[in-house]
Amino acid sequence: MSASHLGTLPKHIQDELAALEREEASERAVATASQWRLMWWRFRKHSLAMVSLGVLATLFLVAIFAEFVAPYNPMAVHATRTYAPPQVIYLIEHGRLTWPFTYGLKSTVEVETMRRVYTLDYSQRIELGLFVRGEPYRLLGVIPTDLRLFGTRDGTQLISVLGSDRLGRDLFSRMVHATRISLSIGLAAVALSLVLGVTLGGISGYFGGRVDMLIQRLIEFIDAIPSLPLWMGLSAAIPLTWPPLWVYFAITLVLSLLGWTGMARVVRGRFLALREEDFVMAARVSGSSERRIIFRHMLPSFVSHIIASLTLTIPGRILGETSLSFLGLGLKEPIISYGVLLQDAQNVRTVATAPWLITPALVVMLIVIAYNFLGDGLRDAADPYA
Amino acid sequence: MTSYIIRRVLYFIPTLLAISLVTFFIIQLPPGDFITSFEARALANGDQADLERAAQLRERYGLDQPWYVQYWRWFTGVLTGDFGYSFQWKQPVSALLGQRMLLTFLLALATTVFVWAVAIPMGIFAAMRKNTLGDYAVSFVGFVGLATPDFLLALVLMWISFFYFDMSVGGLFSPEFENAPWSLARVWDLLGHLWIPVVVIGTNGTAGLIRILRANLLDELHKPYVEAARSRGLTEWRLTAKYPVRVALNPFVSGIGDTLPGLISGATITSIVLSLPTAGPLLLQALLSQDMYLAGSYIFLLSILSVLGVLISDILLAWLDPRIRYQ
Amino acid sequence: MNDLLLEIEDLKTHFFLDDGVVKAVDGVSLQVRRGRTLAIVGESGCGKSIMARSILQIVTPPGKIVGGRICYHRAPGDVVNLLDYQRKSREMRAFRGREAAMIFQEPMAALSPVHTIGSQIVERLRLHSGASRREARALAVEMLHRVGIPHPAQRVDAYPHQLSGGMRQRAMIAMALICRPALLIADEPTTALDVTTQAQILELIRQLQAELGMTVVIITHDLGVVAEIADEVAVMYLGQIVEHGPVDAIFHHPQHPYTRGLLRSIPRIEDVTRARLDAIPGAVPHPYARPGGCPFHTRCRERIIHQLELCTHTAPPLTRVGPLQQARCWLHEPPGDGQRGAGHAAEPALAIIGGQ
Ligand SMILES: Nc1ncnc2c1ncn2[C@@H]1O[C@H](COP(=O)(O)OP(=O)(O)OP(=O)(O)O)[C@@H](O)[C@H]1O
Ligand code: SF4
Ligand SMILES: [Mg+2]
Repeated sequence: MSASHLGTLPKHIQDELAALEREEASERAVATASQWRLMWWRFRKHSLAMVSLGVLATLFLVAIFAEFVAPYNPMAVHATRTYAPPQVIYLIEHGRLTWPFTYGLKSTVEVETMRRVYTLDYSQRIELGLFVRGEPYRLLGVIPTDLRLFGTRDGTQLISVLGSDRLGRDLFSRMVHATRISLSIGLAAVALSLVLGVTLGGISGYFGGRVDMLIQRLIEFIDAIPSLPLWMGLSAAIPLTWPPLWVYFAITLVLSLLGWTGMARVVRGRFLALREEDFVMAARVSGSSERRIIFRHMLPSFVSHIIASLTLTIPGRILGETSLSFLGLGLKEPIISYGVLLQDAQNVRTVATAPWLITPALVVMLIVIAYNFLGDGLRDAADPYA
Repeated sequence: MTSYIIRRVLYFIPTLLAISLVTFFIIQLPPGDFITSFEARALANGDQADLERAAQLRERYGLDQPWYVQYWRWFTGVLTGDFGYSFQWKQPVSALLGQRMLLTFLLALATTVFVWAVAIPMGIFAAMRKNTLGDYAVSFVGFVGLATPDFLLALVLMWISFFYFDMSVGGLFSPEFENAPWSLARVWDLLGHLWIPVVVIGTNGTAGLIRILRANLLDELHKPYVEAARSRGLTEWRLTAKYPVRVALNPFVSGIGDTLPGLISGATITSIVLSLPTAGPLLLQALLSQDMYLAGSYIFLLSILSVLGVLISDILLAWLDPRIRYQ
Repeated sequence: MNDLLLEIEDLKTHFFLDDGVVKAVDGVSLQVRRGRTLAIVGESGCGKSIMARSILQIVTPPGKIVGGRICYHRAPGDVVNLLDYQRKSREMRAFRGREAAMIFQEPMAALSPVHTIGSQIVERLRLHSGASRREARALAVEMLHRVGIPHPAQRVDAYPHQLSGGMRQRAMIAMALICRPALLIADEPTTALDVTTQAQILELIRQLQAELGMTVVIITHDLGVVAEIADEVAVMYLGQIVEHGPVDAIFHHPQHPYTRGLLRSIPRIEDVTRARLDAIPGAVPHPYARPGGCPFHTRCRERIIHQLELCTHTAPPLTRVGPLQQARCWLHEPPGDGQRGAGHAAEPALAIIGGQ
């Protein structure tokens, strides 16, 4: 019904009717508000996912600015601090709030076990500070600086908030650098899986028939074999002589070789559902080429699903790397990842004397949980009805 | 149903071939020819017996022939129980496999039972009590279980028992039964040790399955057929037990198939940390020393074990779900 | 008054969600006469299904019936207010299983995929009649035969996915009618079916209604279905009945602007059998933000044309607008009278329907 039928009505009534019609039109516009904005609205309601997003964002910042966040070079060996316990940071002295400080460590070597035994040296009061000067490095690999997020005021004394390892290296600094490797290997492996998964899943879902059958069988096969033994077999073949960067990429490749199936399933499922939908039909009827249909019409409509399911596969890759490196089949020194760090915690006796060596595993758990919540939130936001 | 089973079993054949190809690839993967290095070592030690053995193996596995001949000789050997020769142990691989694979199988079986027994009631409980404290508790435990790497759990358990109970939890047997022949007492001793690895390995899968079952059940609880059943005047608990729980168990059964490969992976790494006499530790050693026939055979058998498990869970699912059975 | 089966008064069913309260049913008043067929029509989301489920009290949390009365006349003089029963009580279960029955839009979804149709029919019978397993099975086969399923003795053991859509809906009907209910509620029973099957199912319902003397409440989007099967029509908008009357009166003399809007989207009234209620001008208000006053005022052109200020702040009562017809609109109620209260205005209309 349009206002023109009502030509005999007084002007102000006609105006009011026109206003009503405009309002209705704009309401319809809101109803089709951008899909991404709607997703964001729904995602925001998922409070655990929001917290996880914050946790991961922080960890990624730490990874990017690892040299700045870590007080020391992760490779720096301190012979007098082997297996030194974490140093407590004090904020209260004589019942009053003070600038943060810690006490120095005294050590003696126990004769029969040849181990260092540490006690607090109360005569040595070490003032701590933010943005202190430390060993020089290049921020983001370019800007030369010696500014560190925190450290001791005078720079010669050491603070290890999470203790030290077998060679007296600062565990916290090492973990900060491990964050970089472990987070990035998760992303890299998933990126590779994404390429494989989208390609194979897309082919499978779009063309259907025999190709689909074949790829489905392949997916079933890969999903049915246990990944760890296979990963172990494949990574054991990486030559010991390879430079660290190659090993890093080889491990990434190994991890993503088996990890694309989940992605392919999602993409295939979406393709099957979308294939029958009107706009794809319309594009096909109007004679668009197959490739154009896929890339212009179909892919964008399920990017959100892909992101959600990617997020859920990242933790598996990170755990995979950690397990392999823990077993000594993955990354090796001088690369530092959480798995490499955990190699030090391989036997019970070490864990019993230096329990802080387990902290890397706690961070791995935190990362895995955060990714899971984030992925759950994204999935719910992408598809509230699934 | 029978035709479905036959079909599924027939599918198993290409899968078996694929696994064997992958395994063969892994055996061939390490750079250099392991027989050559074995020969070199034997030559250096002047070990005549080893040199002869190497020559025999070259002949037996057609090592101077193209890869497909090598593959075929190896694969037909495997089918008749000849898994090759372990250069490290200087024994046929098959002699090293037997008991370890049996124990691996037992471990996987016990873990599956544990996973079922824990996940089903917890999943139903969490779904029925959605958004209550109990549900949150179950979900929290589930999340932590999912996020905890097996080896960490193993380490922590070992550490606790080492520290607080002053006992060693490694292994599957007490020292006096380690090499004893099988007897009732030995089985009993095994059960006493088994629960730690079972809990360690099972936690992950249990957590995953609780989430699957809870989500399935929540999906089903508001389906029209539940509403229809309610409109027929059934009591709430009867209707829940008869319809949604029953339907939600189906994807759960296939979920078990899906977690089995994960269980085997978990069993591998856990048994390394806990030094259990199962396949894991030997596999790691073999890989580190590039004793490839041994490593390959373990990978092959572990894969077969897992694929068989998936097959069984598929058949179980078909038995439970008429929609699949009559396809 | 003794031909009434169901009297619904000011029924309110709300959903309590995290983001607010959805008033899915918000003051429905309606009478259903024994042995007749009442069609309920309205746009998607206006609360038809929730109203139907409220009658059987199968609305589950976060939904809750928060007010009103549903009087069920078991026999003339034997009246109960169903809302006096607890949702999970034995009495309510007996009512919804034996005296009433419901069939659903998607027969495939409303049947358990892992149970045979027979077992689902038998279950109802045994629950409410104490028949033995063998008797129940025999009766189920007999009922499947009556709803026109060929080879009922074999089909009783079939799973839903083994039947065609039409057969499934027939099985649903068999399941609904196995206890010979007095009231059958059908929520869009033909929407999921093709046109020929639709006609067959409607015919089946009509025939069984005659045989069993049932009262039928049918919810539909399809004016063709209304024309074919209904004696009376109730038009629903945003959780309320805005117009109610005999099918001819509604089609030929619609009194409420909303009903008129619905019918205006059909070019000629003869086309009614092919029309569906989906081309209505304007957007339905957001469920959390129900307009005050007359719920329809945000979309009502006649309000503007007649410059009715009242509509935006005061809700109109249900008013008698024809011999058997009622509508909820200020156009038919001089404002001076209406402000005396809805109860007053509703009374005469009720009396007239009752006296028919
Ligand atoms: N479980 C629920 N939770 C929250 N809101 C609900 C729920 N079920 C229904 N509603 C709300 O109640 C209102 C009425 O729903 P109802 O299903 O009765 O609509 P309907 O008239 O049957 O529509 P249709 O013609 O599409 O079936 C809707 O606005 C819907 O948003
Ligand atoms: S009461 Fe007013 S707004 Fe409501 S339908 Fe009637 S005229 Fe329109
Ligand atoms: Mg409905």
